[in-house]
Amino acid sequence: MEDPSSANPLGEPADESGLSRRKFLVLGTATAAAVASSFAARRLPAETPVAPLAAPTTETPWMAKLSLRVNGATHALELDTRTTLLDALREHLRLTGSKKGCDHGQCGACTVMVNGERINSCLTLALMHQGDEITTIEGLGTPQKMHPMQAAFVKCDGFQCGYCTPGQICSAVATLREIKAGIPSHVTEDLSAPAKLTTLELRERMSGNICRCGAYSNIVEAITEAAGAKDQA
Amino acid sequence: MKPFTYERAKSPAEAAAAATRQPTAKFIAGGTNLLDLMKLQIETPTHLIDVNGLGFDKIETTPEGGLRIGALVRNTALAADARVRRDYAVLTRAIVAGASGQLRNKATTAGNLLQRTRCPYFYDTAQPCNKRQPGSGCGAIGGYSRQLAVIGVSDACIATYPGDMAVAMRVLDATVETVKADGTKRSIPIADFHRLPGTTPHVETVLAPGELITAVVLPKPLGGKHYYRKVRDRASYAFALVSVAAVIQPDGTGHVAVGGIAHKPWRVEAAEKELPKGAKAVAAKLLAGAKPTEDNAFKLKLVERTLGAVLAAAKKA
Repeated sequence: MEDPSSANPLGEPADESGLSRRKFLVLGTATAAAVASSFAARRLPAETPVAPLAAPTTETPWMAKLSLRVNGATHALELDTRTTLLDALREHLRLTGSKKGCDHGQCGACTVMVNGERINSCLTLALMHQGDEITTIEGLGTPQKMHPMQAAFVKCDGFQCGYCTPGQICSAVATLREIKAGIPSHVTEDLSAPAKLTTLELRERMSGNICRCGAYSNIVEAITEAAGAKDQA
Repeated sequence: MKPFTYERAKSPAEAAAAATRQPTAKFIAGGTNLLDLMKLQIETPTHLIDVNGLGFDKIETTPEGGLRIGALVRNTALAADARVRRDYAVLTRAIVAGASGQLRNKATTAGNLLQRTRCPYFYDTAQPCNKRQPGSGCGAIGGYSRQLAVIGVSDACIATYPGDMAVAMRVLDATVETVKADGTKRSIPIADFHRLPGTTPHVETVLAPGELITAVVLPKPLGGKHYYRKVRDRASYAFALVSVAAVIQPDGTGHVAVGGIAHKPWRVEAAEKELPKGAKAVAAKLLAGAKPTEDNAFKLKLVERTLGAVLAAAKKA
């Protein structure tokens, strides 16, 4: 069994098995099988994992050591090879700002920035991001010192339930960079001219972030507001 | 996902050799389609060979005046490349018509070519599907087939190739460069790269086991006006019902390929001779022998009208 203290970073009371209620709920999810059986896991060599001579014949997970650099801090981890970047952030580093919506790259709630570019963290393996600079919503700003995009979402009421918001904000920050870098979109009329910051462009470029509350018009307003603000990260 | 081992390949030959050694291994680059399918246990590799370190991430001009696009060039980088925007605009237009900004940042040129169908019966593991499980039957035939193929279909499969990028590459006569485990290289014309379903819909390309894509080569620019017109159920972030990639010359001649209607990007060179006569004449030849279902017969008219819209725009421009 895992060390109860590491299983309980939220300070929740643990029961006799060392499991907090939150941890118990986590164990009920699809990723749980890996967590629960990790004590029996097979281990891959740390830096250059080598293929086994025979294919795995059981459901026992393969573990690998890796380090992830997230929001400026480096973390040493040992993870099931199947762990997505999203699950590594949420379940292992307890950075729960990035959300698991669809877990299939369709909703954008898991959007983080890797080396400054936005990606769906649910559709990539943690193991594939050694040496990358990963930025999550927690790394953009804090309640005391918000990133201009976070402040703009608050000001413009760019959310209702808030579940998609961390992904929307990470996506929005990267979208402004993409426009600045001149990357064209589906609605860019002239491919030889610099990309423009228009409502139509923002709507198209943000189409990978779904908001089921339908706060879209306020989200576009917030991004437009932030684009005018100074000190873009 | 099923458990898997993982390695980072250090050379193309090493990657191909590792894949040949283990038939249940898969290459992984962007991973946006593969990991989605692994979560659903539609793909169940026991070993992943990460090819991201192989350095195929550049776009270079060729001695023939074309472009060699490295297999690992991300969709965003390819669409944004100044040479592609200027000389192969149909390719930029096709790429930015697909997926989302997040996915295009991760998806690679080779991976995009190899993405698998979005046929709902392929995705639903409770349904029969000859592509997912050879011999199990096809749930789509006689089922919900509105999005599916209208031409080049077989009694085993009516799935479509879902991508946009390859449709533009087909119109540009690209070639796919590969390397095998023994180090031999070959160039495959994109016309021959994707297969029709026939009796083996699970075999989607002509790649041999372990064969690794290293680049896609575009011949020298065609000139003309470039169009990629995609018709879909949403304005953004949806697969094509029908898409038309076209390069139209000032005299009205040109090249046309269609997406969303077949198991591969659909182009009939003989139909292009009809371009000066208009969309109806082209569509009649392009779609000769079509076998639509009741649900997707609308695609035949939609191809003609989408092509008509493209030709009208070319005339006006």
